[in-house]
Amino acid sequence: ILLSDGPSPAITPITPPTSVIAPLFIDTLCLDKCTTLREEVDDSFDINISVSDPEKVGDGMNAYMAYKVTTKTSMSLFKQREFSVKRRFSDFLGLHSKLASKYLHVGYIVPPAPEKSIVGMTKVKVGKEDQSSNEFVEKRRSALERYLMRTVKHHILLKDPDVLQFLESSELPRAVSTQALSSAGLLRMVNKAADAVNKMTIKMNESDAWFEEKQQHFESLDVQLRKLHISVESLVCHRKELSVNTAQFAKSAAMLGNSEDHTALSRALSQLAEVEEKMDQLHQDQANADFYLFSELLGDYVRLLAAVKGVFDHRIKTWQKWQDSQILLQKKREAEAKLQFTNKSDKLQQAKDEIKDMEGRVQQDERDFEQISRTIRKEVGRFEKERVKDFKTSIIKYLESLVLTQQQVIKSYFTFRYVTASV
Amino acid sequence: MTSIDESNKEKFRSVSVDLNNDASLLIDIPDALCERDKVKFTVHTKTTLSAFQKPEFSVPRQHEDFIWLHDTLVETEDYAGLIIPPAPPKPDFESPREKMHKLGEGEATMTKEEYTKMKQELEAEYLAVFKKTVQVHEVFLQRLSSHPNLSKDRNFQIFLEYDQDLSVRRKNVKEMFGGFFKIVAKSADEVLISGTKEVDEFFEQEKTFLLDYYSKIKDSTIKAEKMTRSHKNIADDYIHISATLNSLSVDDSTANKKNLQKLSDLFEKLRKVEGRVASDQELKLTELLRYYMRDIQAAKDLLYRRARALADYENSNKALDKARLKSKDIPQAEEHQQQCLQKFDKLSDSGKKELTIFKGRRVVAFRKNLVEMAELEIKHAKNNATLLQGCIELLKSN
Repeated sequence: ILLSDGPSPAITPITPPTSVIAPLFIDTLCLDKCTTLREEVDDSFDINISVSDPEKVGDGMNAYMAYKVTTKTSMSLFKQREFSVKRRFSDFLGLHSKLASKYLHVGYIVPPAPEKSIVGMTKVKVGKEDQSSNEFVEKRRSALERYLMRTVKHHILLKDPDVLQFLESSELPRAVSTQALSSAGLLRMVNKAADAVNKMTIKMNESDAWFEEKQQHFESLDVQLRKLHISVESLVCHRKELSVNTAQFAKSAAMLGNSEDHTALSRALSQLAEVEEKMDQLHQDQANADFYLFSELLGDYVRLLAAVKGVFDHRIKTWQKWQDSQILLQKKREAEAKLQFTNKSDKLQQAKDEIKDMEGRVQQDERDFEQISRTIRKEVGRFEKERVKDFKTSIIKYLESLVLTQQQVIKSYFTFRYVTASV
Repeated sequence: MTSIDESNKEKFRSVSVDLNNDASLLIDIPDALCERDKVKFTVHTKTTLSAFQKPEFSVPRQHEDFIWLHDTLVETEDYAGLIIPPAPPKPDFESPREKMHKLGEGEATMTKEEYTKMKQELEAEYLAVFKKTVQVHEVFLQRLSSHPNLSKDRNFQIFLEYDQDLSVRRKNVKEMFGGFFKIVAKSADEVLISGTKEVDEFFEQEKTFLLDYYSKIKDSTIKAEKMTRSHKNIADDYIHISATLNSLSVDDSTANKKNLQKLSDLFEKLRKVEGRVASDQELKLTELLRYYMRDIQAAKDLLYRRARALADYENSNKALDKARLKSKDIPQAEEHQQQCLQKFDKLSDSGKKELTIFKGRRVVAFRKNLVEMAELEIKHAKNNATLLQGCIELLKSN
């Protein structure tokens, strides 16, 4: 199968050299083969996405932020090696919505999109060019970048045409159903609630201990990560407070130095003010590192775990569907048996036809259940591997930021001590 | 019975320098007992002076006894020209007590280990407050013993020697009212100072300087305190982070288990360093500023007393003129005027000396403490960097 070079993005899975695979729709069995072969053959995952240059477009309540999404890659999946597009927040939500509807119910852990914030966005729309709205935009920009990187790191999602279109296409149809408080949004909320109730009443006969084990593992992981997230958020808050308090002290020390009438001591106090000003800047930088390298990482994983839970829930629903079909088949068989003793030959034939259909459905439902179970097993393996790697990389970066701060502290106080000792 | 050993005392005896060096009169507080927030200090004296009955002795004293001693010195006419060392502040365990209470309320929300560590932190804080109050009471006595005039004061000797309860001699209610008036009169003096035309260049400068410096140093003290509290909050956050990482490690069954444990250990060590950063900053910076804020107040009090003496002298001049006009009681008026002049001159002379010595003392103390603070910050930062780099190496190698 050749790679189509027509204008519309065709579905072109990377084909292994010797077999012919029917493309066109997402056949899960086909994807299975693709992924296993791909994992063996293609180890060069080379793609980097950055989200940058937030720009306010428009005025008033209709204004929005446009972000530049730049992709750098050597993969043959893409038409170019480096390209950029402009996207707005709702585009990201739209992408997630499409991916979720395609992949979640068959067991793939689709990374969740960053959360909406009416308050945050309103400030930006209204035109407040202050520190808090700048911080909000930066927080969002970073979250969008992490979201895209997590999405493309998933080898199935990377090849999805919606993803490719999102990254490459200069024009994107506006995603409508993601507007806050829209009717579609309300409908989704209602569905979510109904699902929650359903899940509570479904008691599944778990034949596979692996699933129960994993579910418990993720539940306890969720509790711990939430707790850790709260503690780190508190750390960020206190570090920011330390920065503010240090800045205030620096000012106060400067005033004290001005008031001091002994010349050398006055100079020492001014030096103290200077060194504490440097400390203030260091604490601010450290608070940012605390936030972006530690706190946001934890927040992302709390939301990812919700997606993992969703996938397990879908498996239960799939099982339930299978059980329901089996029950329905049984009912139809009983009905047919009853009809045997009557003279309604046309009804009997209809009953036999229905049974045939139902048997087919039961088989399909069983296959679906087995498929989602297989997919989840693979997905959980991939997710756990990725999670450990992700944490390690981020934590090492975070610890390195702490080291840097300490080194700056040493430098600053060293100079200060030298000057003060000669007072 | 909580006692303080020598090595810890060395750390804390820093706010005022060059005290307790004269072997003829050595004072220290080697021991203190904390009973339900009432502190009993053991005041220990070693002396070669004949004024005392024994060469070495100890007495138990309460905070109120120190205040009595301070106030009697302030009220002594002869010392009007001296900077009376500031009274030690009342022992204040409110902050750790409140935090202990909050901790008790939040016990259910944390693991047993977390709770134990938080409790340890609070107990350390309690101990730090205790050590601080001992130090500040000790320095007060040592300032007195190293002062050429004050060390000879009779009440001071009674304070050191009298082996029974001093409370009989302490302020009774009537005297407290007297004290209240004293405070009110002082505020009036503040107005007096700003209004009085100062002829002497030296005192004019000192007045301007002390008034301004006092408000600035008070502000700096408050701001320094806030910084220290933030450091303590961060140390507490590290406790919680360490505990949760530990729980994650316990639950983990993969190769990641060791990494999580290492991280948990790292944060536990980091919080200890952060705690020391907080307490060292408090000791070398906040306590330094707080002490000199009180010392500046004592210097201001000296100026007030001198201003009052000046006012007395001016009034006596007016009275003499009146007497001469009326040709009545002239010799008394003359003598009174002479007395006022002598008193004022004596005050000015001794005042000038005291204020000059005070400046020197301040410069030395600031230099010593700021240098020590910088050295401790460097030490802790180096410690942190080593801990962090060690952990990074371990994580990378896995």
